[in-house]
Amino acid sequence: MDELQLYTYIAVFGSFAMYFAIAWWARAGSTSDFYVAGGGVTPVQNGMAIGADWMSAASFISMAGLIAFLGYGGSVFLMGWTGGYVLLAMLLAPYMRKHGKFTVPEFISDRYYSKTARIVAVVCLIIASLTYIIGQMKGVGVAFSRFLEVDYGLGLGIGMAVVWVYAVLGGMKGITYTQIAQYCVLIFAYTIPAVFISLQLTGNPIPQLGLGSTLADGSGVYLLDKLDQVVTDLGFKEYTTDNLGGTLNMFAYTLSLMIGTAGLPHVIMRFFTVPNVQAARSSAGYALVFIALLYTVAPAVGAMARLNLMNTIVPAAGENLDYAERPQWFKDWEKTGLLTFEDKNGDGKIQYTSDKATNEMVKVDRDIMVLANPAIANLPNWVIALVAAGGLAAALSTAAGLLLAISSSVSHDLMKGVLTPDLSEKNELLASRIVMTISILVAGYLGLNPPGFAAGTVALAFGLAASSIFPALMMGIFSKTMSGRAAIWGMVAGIGITMLYVFQHKGIMFIPGTSFLGGMEANWFFGISPNAFGAVGALVNFAVAFAVLKVTGPAPSNIQQLVENFRIPRGAGVAHEH
Amino acid sequence: MENNHSYWRENLRLIFICLAIWFVVSFGFGLLLVEPLNEIRLGGYKLGFWFAQQGSIYTFVALIFWYSHQMNKLDKKHNVEES
Repeated sequence: MDELQLYTYIAVFGSFAMYFAIAWWARAGSTSDFYVAGGGVTPVQNGMAIGADWMSAASFISMAGLIAFLGYGGSVFLMGWTGGYVLLAMLLAPYMRKHGKFTVPEFISDRYYSKTARIVAVVCLIIASLTYIIGQMKGVGVAFSRFLEVDYGLGLGIGMAVVWVYAVLGGMKGITYTQIAQYCVLIFAYTIPAVFISLQLTGNPIPQLGLGSTLADGSGVYLLDKLDQVVTDLGFKEYTTDNLGGTLNMFAYTLSLMIGTAGLPHVIMRFFTVPNVQAARSSAGYALVFIALLYTVAPAVGAMARLNLMNTIVPAAGENLDYAERPQWFKDWEKTGLLTFEDKNGDGKIQYTSDKATNEMVKVDRDIMVLANPAIANLPNWVIALVAAGGLAAALSTAAGLLLAISSSVSHDLMKGVLTPDLSEKNELLASRIVMTISILVAGYLGLNPPGFAAGTVALAFGLAASSIFPALMMGIFSKTMSGRAAIWGMVAGIGITMLYVFQHKGIMFIPGTSFLGGMEANWFFGISPNAFGAVGALVNFAVAFAVLKVTGPAPSNIQQLVENFRIPRGAGVAHEH
Repeated sequence: MENNHSYWRENLRLIFICLAIWFVVSFGFGLLLVEPLNEIRLGGYKLGFWFAQQGSIYTFVALIFWYSHQMNKLDKKHNVEES
């Protein structure tokens, strides 16, 4: 075993031992502990837990890589995944906390006095959450197989076992306190390599400032100017202005991600864990502080990784690296198949250009940028070990939060709420633990045999949340008269139009070649890409709901009274049973 | 009842102000006005690019805390705060 592997084992299993210890200390005794951590989580603690819950393998591993290759276009993820918290803090969280129930479908069912609405919400929630978990499980498998060189399936199994122990044992209480620890692990793992790299390239240890500084090579050129010049020399689009399919598409994409974020049930339900309305408002702020720590470093990581990669392959203009002299990290990632070189002109050198016919870097998977970054920058082994532990913390914490969202919606909303209302608290607790175990097994199975449509469905998850859940919740709070019937029609129309657009582009259930309208032009609706369509779906939802409301008449007066009541903070108790 | 209604109106006014700022820094400065703003430099950053990848996020954080602070004051003023 070499030094790197030893360090990695210590970092990974050391962090696992810590999670177990915390889970044992914070195990759940009641349904209130299990669903909302007894309602006693402070805003700062809740902020950290939301941070870990929110920042998944996608934020930790993929986002900086996306930004590295999209440049300015990658801003949609930065603004979209943070701007949603402003909407949450002002439009949803305080009122839903005041209402004081355990789950999002339960709120929808109370507000829209309808079991149908509750079931629609449960279905949206399960689809959105399950597709997310598949991604996390894949992240766990990849991290294990790359860093500990164990089999992908075994790595996945270990990850499932770890989540099972602390999520099933601890419920929301165990998950919350474990997530606080996981946040600390992942933020250190993310920022330490970034600080080193920023220091190397610019002499400034703060990555957010380093990105705007001059290079440390004495040339006096700004890092971003240098990057713009290097990529345009090779025929790529200019880094700081490349705009991802035009302004309108970026606008719709950002808006979709913002309202999708605010509508994702596993995030909203975290606001039920704080003691009062005031804490619900401020914990959204703390959450965004902890998220911003990573999200403002990510653009620096992306730009610096891109520059390092370019400088490695093309050390000076017109001068290309000999394939035989490629560095060790290049060979390591070639083994995984995520980095591929093909010597098209047979000169033994690596040509890297935007022209598909002559480009010899046939595949550079975006996901390797964060994981390979420390090695590209020649950082010490313990830093690389830390990145492995951080990636696992990000994946595990998000998976746990999603599992809780699924199990609570099945045991609390579907069983207790609709199918078997006389379930005792003890049996409900048992049921949610069983549901959670089944969800872990399903997620593990899907992680091992990912369905062909797994990649496309993450976009669908945001589209669903944006076009159905967010508008329904917002209208429920801001329009006293909005009726159940109108809201249901709105949700159905919003989801319907979003799914139609996505399936038209990517095939029904993502099976290629099944687009039902045949050869329509790609992104035909004003150039908006399917991933960005959730915002349009939300507009349709609002329009249909208000049209139906106009025709069918307002909600009954007891419901209007309910709305009056949750609009003011006074009288909020701990989240409770009916 | 009248008190609760004026509390709600003032809350709506605050939300409107916050969301206007939210829109201007992200969709305004970061997207729609990015080209003219990129003519201005902030160190090595073009200003529009900086708003899209840094500035909007900092503003979001400040907005939530400001709103939260203002609402706590409003709760007390209208005597609807939690006991």
